[in-house]
Amino acid sequence: MMAAVALSGPVSLDALLDERRVWKGRSTARPVGLQPTGHDALDAALPAGGWPAAALTEILLAANGSAELRLLWPTLARLADSGERIVLIAPPYLPYPQAWQAAGVDLRCLSIVQASERDALWAAEQCLRSGSCGAVVCWPQRVDDRALRRLQVAAETGQTLAFACRSLQAAANPSPAALRVAIDLRPLQLRVLKCRGGLAPPAPIPFSAQG
Amino acid sequence: MLWACVLLPQLALDGVMRRRTDPDEPLVLLSGSAQRRILQAINPAARALGLRPGQSLTAAQALARNFASVEYDPAEAERMHRLLAAWAYRFSSQVSLKYPRVLLMEIESSLGLFGPWPVFEARLRAELTALGFSHRIVVAPNPVAARMLANVHDGLAVTCADSLQQALENMPIERIGLSREVATAFLHMGLRQLRQVLALPRATLARRFPAQVLQHLDTLLGRRPVALDCYLPPDFFDVRIELNFDVESHQALLFPLKRLISDLAAFLAGRDSGVQRFVLYLEHVQGPDTVMPVGLLSAEREVAMLFELARGRLEQIQVPSPVRAVRLLARDLPTFVPAHRELFDERPQQALPWEQLRERLRARLGDDSVNGLRAHADHRPECAWQAASDSKPGALLLDSPRPGWLLAEPLSVHESSTRILAGPERIESGWWDGGDVRRDYYLIETRTGQRGWAYRTVGEDGGLLLQGWFA
Repeated sequence: MMAAVALSGPVSLDALLDERRVWKGRSTARPVGLQPTGHDALDAALPAGGWPAAALTEILLAANGSAELRLLWPTLARLADSGERIVLIAPPYLPYPQAWQAAGVDLRCLSIVQASERDALWAAEQCLRSGSCGAVVCWPQRVDDRALRRLQVAAETGQTLAFACRSLQAAANPSPAALRVAIDLRPLQLRVLKCRGGLAPPAPIPFSAQG
Repeated sequence: MLWACVLLPQLALDGVMRRRTDPDEPLVLLSGSAQRRILQAINPAARALGLRPGQSLTAAQALARNFASVEYDPAEAERMHRLLAAWAYRFSSQVSLKYPRVLLMEIESSLGLFGPWPVFEARLRAELTALGFSHRIVVAPNPVAARMLANVHDGLAVTCADSLQQALENMPIERIGLSREVATAFLHMGLRQLRQVLALPRATLARRFPAQVLQHLDTLLGRRPVALDCYLPPDFFDVRIELNFDVESHQALLFPLKRLISDLAAFLAGRDSGVQRFVLYLEHVQGPDTVMPVGLLSAEREVAMLFELARGRLEQIQVPSPVRAVRLLARDLPTFVPAHRELFDERPQQALPWEQLRERLRARLGDDSVNGLRAHADHRPECAWQAASDSKPGALLLDSPRPGWLLAEPLSVHESSTRILAGPERIESGWWDGGDVRRDYYLIETRTGQRGWAYRTVGEDGGLLLQGWFA
């Protein structure tokens, strides 16, 4: 075929490409994620181009209050804007409304569920399974593999984003979560420990301090 | 007009049977004087034992031992009758309780809404079976004819006057609601069917029988109008189920509870209202009743949801002594507004609406467990938020950055382990409501790199108190 092209004289490259007979190896456009995180560097590093939709994401922290809200706020604000409900299950502290509003989260879409440690997992599963929430954020303390798997299955059933904020000590344990992100404070960076559908990027991702 | 007659041949027995968990247990209803107890009604299992209605209790006990007996209570049967009228009120605005054990309802005007009669009839039968009542249904152009045809037929639908005449002509003379003496007189005259009676000259009948006979025949054939009292549903729901044994676990209460709630739902559907608040009374042998209020944030009437909520509350409750009876009282019956749903919903089919999910969470975790959040225009951090269950937007004070997390109680921090990044910012407020604060706030960073928001009260030498995290 190439011979035939060559015989017929010079052909412009654009015309050849327009005929779709030449396969280009690398597409330049990245797939646009269904659930962008709002942090460009993180979106670029994740295979889905954002949070894995309808799955559990684990956020590993040295302590509660370590930039986890800065990571989540853009997503929560986007979901709240589209009228989705955001449920916080037994948050460790009170959300300060002024800061959440300044981050763009519509407080009318925010619900806070107070529950004891055992009931919190039940409530998280109910919220995820119901399919009426856009995102469910929970703070499971002592959970095993099986409890996390239940959350993961519930997130799949209800097609809901699930976030579990856990201690960094759990990083060594295996987890059924589709995505595991650890937040380092010094220097401020994200480490992706596991992501379903691709290799975890080996290098830490810089995380802007603006929140 | 077309009238449907729903005949409930075993109203009292069904009313007792539906409260019992085991339908196969032989059961008899007793009536009669204390000296001579008589079997009023029996269920199929008791019939299989050889028992018959009308037997004396002594004879029955000679035949079989292991059957349960319940006192026949006419008032209870009347309550069931009224409950079913409330159910029927959903399908027709004209429901009459003129005859005992019978619901008469006008259906022609309801056909447009509930579909052609075969569909409508199937629905009535399915709901009656679900409620636990055996039944016969007949349709005729006038209520008296419908009632009398139901004596012989089941599932008959007569819609015009000609076929009504034919159907009635074949009726045996003793089954058309004539008094016993009149029916016997006809039989002795050799007249066994209504056709033979109608063939007689009218003047002869008028001469030989009281005037009521001709009047009754005329109403039966639709030549004479009949006036009926229509049923009006009450404004509250109050039903009590007495248990025949002491109940000590909530598991055994679930069955009567389910019956109560499905009755409530049938009643609500008839009135086209919902329930926002109802009270369950658990009655004990001694001592006051245990009162268990169940409150909802919006009016609902779906059986499964109401049952699940009541069950959630019931499981939490501790009763001091065994329960003998359960009573459900609902006074607050606001109009029911169905939840708004999108035609093309993006969510999967099994999605549970948020309102139902919220009620489910509240039922298990407590009434105050699910809250919204509202900003309050106050500079004091502890006053700047309010738990809100409505969706009113709060006022916003836009000034310097505020932390995303607020600690419920301020924590003291060691100044040696922290570094002050910015501050102070003076917050001085609340002198008017007694919560006077004068504080200097600093942005601090801990040794691990967490950023916090800490304050020192002006004029005191104490250490920094951490009040929030910039997370």
